[in-house]
Amino acid sequence: MGWQAIRFWTILVYLFMFLPIAVVVLLAFNANQFGAFPMTGLSLRWFEELFQNEAILRALRTSLALGALTAVISTTLGVLASLALVRYNIPLRNTISTILIAPILVPEVVLAVALLLFLQFLGIHKSFTLLLFGHVIFTLPFVILVVQARLVGIRRDVEEAAMSLGASPRQAFFTITLPLLTPAVAAGALFAFTISFDDITGTLFWKPGGVETVPTQIFAMLRNSISPEINALGTLMILITAGLPLLGLAISRKLALRRDNGT
Amino acid sequence: MSIEAREARQPWILLSPTLTVIALLLIIPVLFIVVYSFWLRTSVGDVQPGFHLDNWTATLTDRFYRDILLTTLRIAAVTTLICALMGYPAAYFIARAKGNKALLLLLLMLPFWISYIIRTMSWIYILGSNGALNTALQWFGITAEPIQMLYNETTVILGLVHFLLPFMVLNVYVSLDGVDETLEDAAGSLGATKWQSFLQVTLPLSLPGLAAGGLLCFVLGAGTYITPAVLGGPRDAMFANLVYEAIIIQLNWPLGAALSLLLLAVLGVLVMIYNHFLGLGQLMKGLG
Repeated sequence: MGWQAIRFWTILVYLFMFLPIAVVVLLAFNANQFGAFPMTGLSLRWFEELFQNEAILRALRTSLALGALTAVISTTLGVLASLALVRYNIPLRNTISTILIAPILVPEVVLAVALLLFLQFLGIHKSFTLLLFGHVIFTLPFVILVVQARLVGIRRDVEEAAMSLGASPRQAFFTITLPLLTPAVAAGALFAFTISFDDITGTLFWKPGGVETVPTQIFAMLRNSISPEINALGTLMILITAGLPLLGLAISRKLALRRDNGT
Repeated sequence: MSIEAREARQPWILLSPTLTVIALLLIIPVLFIVVYSFWLRTSVGDVQPGFHLDNWTATLTDRFYRDILLTTLRIAAVTTLICALMGYPAAYFIARAKGNKALLLLLLMLPFWISYIIRTMSWIYILGSNGALNTALQWFGITAEPIQMLYNETTVILGLVHFLLPFMVLNVYVSLDGVDETLEDAAGSLGATKWQSFLQVTLPLSLPGLAAGGLLCFVLGAGTYITPAVLGGPRDAMFANLVYEAIIIQLNWPLGAALSLLLLAVLGVLVMIYNHFLGLGQLMKGLG
């Protein structure tokens, strides 16, 4: 009995996690104009309308720009910090680690309020800059955790071996360390981008009036009523934030396979 | 400078940009709102620096705030319990699965990449008056009219469980994966039943993961305001909704600062208790 019951339970848990999301995606293709059941036919109409809706396009551009900038800044900071943690024996390592992940331990609302009030006090009002600062501090610990996990595999002796064979420290970094770092950098950047792209809690506090990101746009549209456009926009979002990591995973797997076959 | 000294400085050079950013964008702002919570919003709407206890008196003595704080903690506790009950067996299955473990793990990561707002609103399509459930009930002739299932505390908890379950499963999985399977066999060969060896060997060894998952579910659940805003009724506000109301709607920032500090203090105590007994390392294992 035991194992079969656990198996059945697990299937139910996975259905619980995915069925509601599958319904959103399904309804995005529904011809019915109320954005709900029943299904009256399949249609791409709502996706077409999405690309004619100026407000949605603007939100999409804001989210993409914000996500990309956040990814660049957070990954740069995160990779440097992770290098320090993984490759050096530093004093106070545990304290430093705790400080680095502190933004996860503080509830996001509190982080949002503190940053908003402090920067406002300094004269930085609700703006794209404030949003960017917020997204950087919010994504940073996640990037550090992911990059650190990937960096542990890169041993320092590989670099030292290169130098003992006559490479300068500079050469060793660019020809040995950097290529080995690339997957970690890519993983961190992807993670930062998707977290930023999906964020709503802090964003609602930091965004200036009239500026929307995709999640806040959906939130605002939900206030009025359910519409098929929300489903199409939601589906597009899932495609971006779940599709990108899956694509990244597929590529890194393919590269790993090629490397294994090559040697 | 000697090579050793340069070597010792290098990690700090690498760390300094990040530490600066965290100091400027997190630590100083939190300290700032501690000060700010004693300032006062005047009737004309501007904020007066000083040392006034008004915001804290309101935050700590107003029954309205206290009731919502208790409701928030209750909702977070129930959510965490349901996540543990639902998530533990699933995590156990993934950890012990033979064939499709990689696929199960990949699927488990997927919700983290799907927007919180979409996952939350998806329940409107399941439980709403035109939702899947009501459509099915009417189709089968069980009900004539759509039943009102949404916008109550139960749907808020449902939405939170849906949001937080992957955190629980992942953390329990990480600790179960580290438990040697042969330990259970060993207990069995010493005469324990399957159930006994689970209760006395596997379960205790997986408690750190369960605690890490529980802490995340509780803290994230208690700090949310999107779920009650989307799936709750007008009376289902949680504490973070109060903060949002004070800051964004009423523009009473000093009061909002005091309210958010209270939330931080309550949840911070939990994190500290957890850190004292288990250390934050376990939490990072599950997140990384």
